[in-house]
Amino acid sequence: MRSILKIVLQRLGLGLVTLFVVSIVIFVAVNSLPGDFAEAILGQGATPESVATIRRDLGLDQPLVVRYFDWLKGMLTFDLGTSFAQLNFANFGGAGSVTVAEQIAPRLSNTMFLATVTACIAVPLAVFLGILAALYRNTAFDKAANMFTLSSISSPEFFMAYVLILFLAVLNPVFPSLSNIFEGMPFGERLEKSMLPALTLTLVVTAHMMRMTRAAIINLLASPYIEMARLKGLSPMRVIVKHALPNALAPIINVVALNLAYLITGVVVVEVVFVYPGIGQLFVDSVKIRDIPVVQACCLIFAAAYILLNLTADILSIVSNPRLRHPK
Amino acid sequence: MSNLMWLAIILAVLLGGAYVFRMVGQAATGNAPKFRDMGYGEAFGYVLGGALLVWAVYYYFQPQVAETGVPNAGVVFFRWAVQGFIIAAIAAFLFRLLGRTVGTAGSKKLFRSMPLTAAFGILVILIYTFVAIFAGAIAPYGQAEILGAANVMAGGDPALGGNPEYPLGTDQIGRDILSRLIYGAQNTVGIAFITTCLAFFIGGTLGFLASTLQGWLDQLLSRSVDVLMAIPSLIFALLLMTIASVWSVKLGIPLTIFMVLIIAVIDSTRVYRLARAVGLNIVVMDYIEAAKLRGEGLGYLVFKEILPNAMAPLLAEFGLRFCFVFLTIAALSFLGVGIQPPLADWGTMVRDLAPFINFAAFAPTAAVTPLLAAGAIALLTVAVNFVVDWMLHKTSGLKE
Repeated sequence: MRSILKIVLQRLGLGLVTLFVVSIVIFVAVNSLPGDFAEAILGQGATPESVATIRRDLGLDQPLVVRYFDWLKGMLTFDLGTSFAQLNFANFGGAGSVTVAEQIAPRLSNTMFLATVTACIAVPLAVFLGILAALYRNTAFDKAANMFTLSSISSPEFFMAYVLILFLAVLNPVFPSLSNIFEGMPFGERLEKSMLPALTLTLVVTAHMMRMTRAAIINLLASPYIEMARLKGLSPMRVIVKHALPNALAPIINVVALNLAYLITGVVVVEVVFVYPGIGQLFVDSVKIRDIPVVQACCLIFAAAYILLNLTADILSIVSNPRLRHPK
Repeated sequence: MSNLMWLAIILAVLLGGAYVFRMVGQAATGNAPKFRDMGYGEAFGYVLGGALLVWAVYYYFQPQVAETGVPNAGVVFFRWAVQGFIIAAIAAFLFRLLGRTVGTAGSKKLFRSMPLTAAFGILVILIYTFVAIFAGAIAPYGQAEILGAANVMAGGDPALGGNPEYPLGTDQIGRDILSRLIYGAQNTVGIAFITTCLAFFIGGTLGFLASTLQGWLDQLLSRSVDVLMAIPSLIFALLLMTIASVWSVKLGIPLTIFMVLIIAVIDSTRVYRLARAVGLNIVVMDYIEAAKLRGEGLGYLVFKEILPNAMAPLLAEFGLRFCFVFLTIAALSFLGVGIQPPLADWGTMVRDLAPFINFAAFAPTAAVTPLLAAGAIALLTVAVNFVVDWMLHKTSGLKE
C-alpha cells in the first residue's frame, strides 16, 4: 500500500513539474510576439504616450521573469487578467469590462458538460462493442466493425459532424444542428441541444476505445488460464467477461483516459461546427483576433486538463495492475 | 414517444425472431453442430443483420421523388452511398486483379496476399497523387479564377439554379468548385506531404542521434520532447499560429510557410519518440559494435547502419503521421488559420460551403459540395490507414 502511495505521489509531482514547464513554454511563446501587447491592443491608434500608459498599466515595463511570476500568481488565484477585446471596449467607453476568468468560467462548465455527456455514451458503448468484437472475432460483424471504426478514426471531426447534421438535423429533424445553450436552461433541453456534438465526439472516440478493448482481450485469449476456462466448458461469453476482462482492465482504463484527453482537442473543432458556447469556441475566436490573455489562459487550461488525464491514465494503470504495483 | 414504442416493438420482434431462427435452423438441419452450439446472441446477430439487409434493399428501391414533387433526399443519398460503395469495391477488385497479372514477380506476390481494403487504399493514393501532380492540366478553370456567376448550385441543372459549365457549381465569390477541389489535392496533400517529410527529417535525425550518442544530449532532447508532448498538438499549433500570423505580416513571409514549420516541429516530437525507441534497440546489435570498432563516423552509423534497419516501422509511422498532419492542417484551415486564400484548400472549402447542407431536403445535389470537400479529406486518410493497417499486419506477422 505504501508503495502505491509513493508511486502516485511521484507521478503527481512529475505532473506538476511538467505543468510548470509547460506554463513557461506558453509564456515564452506568447512573449515572442513582435512589438508588444500595448501596440497590439491599440492597433492603429497607437501613439507613443498611449503605448507608454498601457505598458505601465499592464506592467509590461517589468523584466520578463517578473512578469512571468506575476502571470503565474494570477493563474493560481484565478485572476487571469482582462482580455484585449474587453480592454478596447472599456477604452471606448463601454461599462464594466469582464475579466478573462468571468469569460472562461461558464464556457468551461459547458465544455465539461459536453465531455461528460460524450463519455457517458461513448465509454459503455465502446467497451460493449469491443467485447462483442472480441467474442465474434474474424466474423462478418468483426470485419464490418473494423472497417467502420478505422474509417471513423481517420476521418476529420468536421466530416463526421456534417454527415450527422445532414442525416439527424436536416433530413430527419431529430436533433437541432445549432447548440445554442445558455445558463438556466432546463437539463432535458440542454441535453437535447448538445446531443449532436456529443454524438460526433462519440463516433470519433468510440472507434479507438473499441479497437483497443478488442485488442486487449484478444491478447489474453492465448493465455493458459483462458484455455483452462474454455476446457472447463464455460461459454465463450463467460470466458471473456469473467476471465479475460478483469485482466484486460488496465489497458482499457488507460485507453479510456487517453481518449478523454483526446476529447479536449477534438472538442475545439466540434464546438466551432455546432456553435457550441464552450471553451474551444472561445479559444478559436480569441486566436483569430489575437486576444493574447484569453489565448494564454485557454491554452494553459487545455494543457492542464490534458496532463491531468494522462496522469490519471498512468496512475490507474499502475493501481489496476499488481505487477506494476509491486515492482521488483 | 411513439418512436420509442416502435423501437421497442421492433426489438421484441427481433428477439423473438432470433429464437425462432435458431429453432427452425436446428429442426431443418437435423441439429447440425452449427445450430446446436449457436448462442442466443449469435442468433440475434444473424437475425439483426438479415433485417438490416432487407430494410436496406427496401429503402434503396423507394421512389427518388415523393408524390408532391419534393425529392426524397434520404433515398437519393442512400443510393449514392450504396452505389459509391459498390463501385469502390469493384474498382479495388479490378485493381488487385491487375496487380496480380501485370508487373514483376515480387509485386505480383504482394498483390496476391493483399486484402481488398488495402488494394482500395493503394488505388486511392495513386489517384490522389495523379490528380495532385497534374491538377493544372485536369482542372477546367484556375483555382483563384473568378468567373461570371457566383453561388451557382451543383448538379448543372438550370431549373435548380445550376449551370452545365460548372458541374459542381461556383462558390460565394464565383470560383469553380470542381477546379478548386482538384487544386485542393495539390495544395492540401502537397503541403501535408512536405510537412510530414520535414517532421521525419527533424524527428528521425534527432532520435537516431540521441540513441547513438546517448548521455546528456539524449536527456536534453527527451525531456524537451516530453514537455512539448504535454500540450495537446492542435491547441499548441493554434497558439503558435496566432503568434506566427503577427510575424508573417511583419516579415512579409506567407503564413503557410510558418504553418509548415510549426506543424513539422510539433509532429517531429512523435517521430523522435519512435526513432529513438527503434534506434535504442538497434545500437545494441553486434553489427553496430563492429562498425564502431572499424572506426566508422557518426554519419555512417546513423545513415548506413541504423536507418536501413529502422525502415519498416518508420515507413508505417510515416503513413500514420501523414494522416495526423493532414488532419491537423485541414482542421486549422477549417478554423480559418491554416492555408490562406487564394490557395484552394479542402478545409477552408468545407467551412465556406457548409451552409449549403441546409438545402439538402430540397435539392440533394446542393448539399453535396461541402461533403465532397470533407469527404476528399476523409477518403485519403481512410485509404492511408487501410494500407498502413495491412502493412503492420504483414510485418508483425500477426495472424489473429
